[in-house]
Amino acid sequence: MLENLTQRLGRVMKTMRGEARMTEANIGDALREVRMALLEADVSLPVVKDFVAQVKEKALGEGVVGSLTPGQAFVGVVHEQLKQLMGEAQVPLALNQQPPAIILMAGLQGAGKTTTVGKLARWLKQNQKKKVMVVSCDVYRPAAIDQLKHVAEQVGASFFPSSPDQKPLDIAAAAVDWARKHHEEVLIVDTAGRLAIDQAMMDEIKALHAQLDPIETLFVVDAMLGQDAVNTAKAFNETLPLTGVVLTKLDGDARGGAALSVRAVTGKPIKFVGVAEKLDGLEPFYPDRMASRILGMGDILSLVEAASQQVDMDQAAAMAQKIKSGKGFDLNDFRAQVAQMRQMGGMTALMDKLPAKFAEAAANMPAGSDDKMSRRIQGIIDSMTPDERTKPELIKASRKRRIATGAGVQVQEVNRLLNQFEQTQKMMKQFGSMFKGKGGMMKMMRGAKSMFGGKLPF
Amino acid sequence: MSDATDNPPRRSWRERLFAGLTKTRQQIGGSVRTLFARGQVDDELLEDLEALLLSADVGVEATVILIEDLRQRARKQNLQTPESIQAAMVDCLADLLKPLEAPLQIAPPPGSPFVIMVAGINGAGKTTTLGKLAHHFQAAGHSVLLAAGDTFRAAAREQLQAWGERNNVTVIAQEGGDPSAVIFDAVHAAKARGIDIVLADTAGRLPTQMHLMDEIAKIRRVITKAETTAPHEVLLVLDGTIGQNAIGQVKAFDKAIGVTGLVITKLDGSAKGGVLAAIAKQCPKPVRYVGVGEQVEDLQPFSARAFAEALLG
Ligand SMILES: Nc1nc2c(ncn2[C@@H]2O[C@H](COP(=O)(O)OP(=O)(O)OP(=O)(O)O)[C@@H](O)[C@H]2O)c(=O)[nH]1
Ligand SMILES: [Mg+2]
Repeated sequence: MLENLTQRLGRVMKTMRGEARMTEANIGDALREVRMALLEADVSLPVVKDFVAQVKEKALGEGVVGSLTPGQAFVGVVHEQLKQLMGEAQVPLALNQQPPAIILMAGLQGAGKTTTVGKLARWLKQNQKKKVMVVSCDVYRPAAIDQLKHVAEQVGASFFPSSPDQKPLDIAAAAVDWARKHHEEVLIVDTAGRLAIDQAMMDEIKALHAQLDPIETLFVVDAMLGQDAVNTAKAFNETLPLTGVVLTKLDGDARGGAALSVRAVTGKPIKFVGVAEKLDGLEPFYPDRMASRILGMGDILSLVEAASQQVDMDQAAAMAQKIKSGKGFDLNDFRAQVAQMRQMGGMTALMDKLPAKFAEAAANMPAGSDDKMSRRIQGIIDSMTPDERTKPELIKASRKRRIATGAGVQVQEVNRLLNQFEQTQKMMKQFGSMFKGKGGMMKMMRGAKSMFGGKLPF
Repeated sequence: MSDATDNPPRRSWRERLFAGLTKTRQQIGGSVRTLFARGQVDDELLEDLEALLLSADVGVEATVILIEDLRQRARKQNLQTPESIQAAMVDCLADLLKPLEAPLQIAPPPGSPFVIMVAGINGAGKTTTLGKLAHHFQAAGHSVLLAAGDTFRAAAREQLQAWGERNNVTVIAQEGGDPSAVIFDAVHAAKARGIDIVLADTAGRLPTQMHLMDEIAKIRRVITKAETTAPHEVLLVLDGTIGQNAIGQVKAFDKAIGVTGLVITKLDGSAKGGVLAAIAKQCPKPVRYVGVGEQVEDLQPFSARAFAEALLG
């Protein structure tokens, strides 16, 4: 397993200790580690160079705040810069057009275009209630058209037939015509995989684009793509006015440096990610989560440490210890957690610092989402006896009434709190079993997978 | 990919590798030749070389080793001309890759076909490589049988059948069904018909998908049940455009099914497949073939020196 950036920086952070600010001298090693980690994550060299230069500039210009060591501040700068490069928010598909809204897919061979067409059709049907038709202009790869036909059947999209002896431009024209007449709302056009240096094939897709005038032109790339990502992305971006990127095979263990390269070169938003081979394995892309993945997501504590000066470190460490041991998470801890979240600016702030999949789970827990609520939660817990706090199972109907009266709330609210607590406790247990023993990221990934039904939410 | 009909006369794979590489180099700015033109091994040259190797997916570790190797050779042999430095760099890389150069020997035991199974991640080029291999072996005078062991992906069977038709080779397939069973049948059919080589396709899978890794381990075991000496070759197909993740793929598939050879595909593009140098360092396996296109003849045996020369101009 490749060492991740967090580990690498962890080592350097130690040597940076005791210095008051970030200087050319004390961030030199750290910058080298960033460079290595990004290269190991397959970020393309020119992109790495630019990135390191930007981090250096930012770091030197920035003071070290509060209780942070220069090392911690440095990691903060890196994470921030990564997030900035990945783009701020999720960018949805733009399909508001006189139907049919046409989506053109483009990419290298084996990137996952055809599967993505199926997934996208399914996603649009399910989430936007669209009537979707698909067509294949891949007249080259054997059985490519067949493959799309099967996929379309599986997701219940209309399939416009084509055959290898037709010309891609003719297929496309006929499909648009049909879609218009039959009131299909979205038409997704699959194309053959092609190399960026294959001029004839690049000309072909350019012509397809000109004829179709699609509202979305999506560049499909394999998350495992290596250094060539910059060249390929550049060529596709120059040939076609891309509107977005789909990153596939993210359920593998690639660090996904290609995401950074493609984004840096094209400036286009990554709109979706493929997270499973099955046709429901497509999800909107969240840039900040990708930043965390590339940064390395093994060590919650170091991320929290690095990125938030407001957290009480001792408390965070104690919490991590509890999480690790996987037991003894009681209402006292729950109260502390809620209080701590308040300090840190609520759940959302914490979630940014958690590895993506835990953040997803945490998002489902309503606790502490706003100040008033978290104060109420604390009030309720404060009305409990010490015994009740350590053994919540004691709290039956009559005790609930007493607690509610004590805190000046309705009994339902006590119930709701206990529910939230139970959910959190369950999650903590799962964290715990994931952290037990060594094994690090892979193990955590697997654990998280079974925890979220095979879906990796980022 | 171009239509075969309006293609210019086919070039050798080195020519095609070169074509791709030159293109990339122009984009990077300046050819390798100007890089070496300095005529001395100084920091600037080493830095440029480092960039070249890293940009070819050689990876940090192998790049450091190669650069150090060149530095030492340059000192010992007092290299002062562009040609000698460039030649030395090619030597460094070729020496590193040399252990991977071991062509596949087809030697079926008496009474058994030579069974080759392929494995790899989704879209690596497994099925296409099998189509090319069928052609390659037939041209060498062997009889061949294809087994449609990808029973998962839509139209995977039809895809292999198309390659079967192109080569006039029988494809053993089942409607749906279990991959192990299909390949088991194919091995038996080949035995019964006295066929020389069985080429077994499998569905693409990522090493993180534990159940699928278990499944392919089972496929391998079932092949051994059909013929105790088989499989005789376990080919892992690597996508040449993939970066450092290829190393993890070699390790994971090796653990699951005991990889005996590699095929690296898509080297007709601008990707250079330098990850082979990292593989040579970390988890060496013989590279049996290189894929340089989508046509049936676009498969070449691996030569460490030719590869090094193509990568370093
Ligand atoms: N340019 C180029 N394309 C290739 C090469 N080998 C395979 N391809 C293409 O890569 C794509 C995927 O190839 P397949 O053979 O279907 O890959 P696979 O590993 O069988 O894929 P799955 O079965 O879907 O996992 C196809 O479009 C092939 O034509 C190669 O050497 N060069
Ligand atoms: Mg296949």
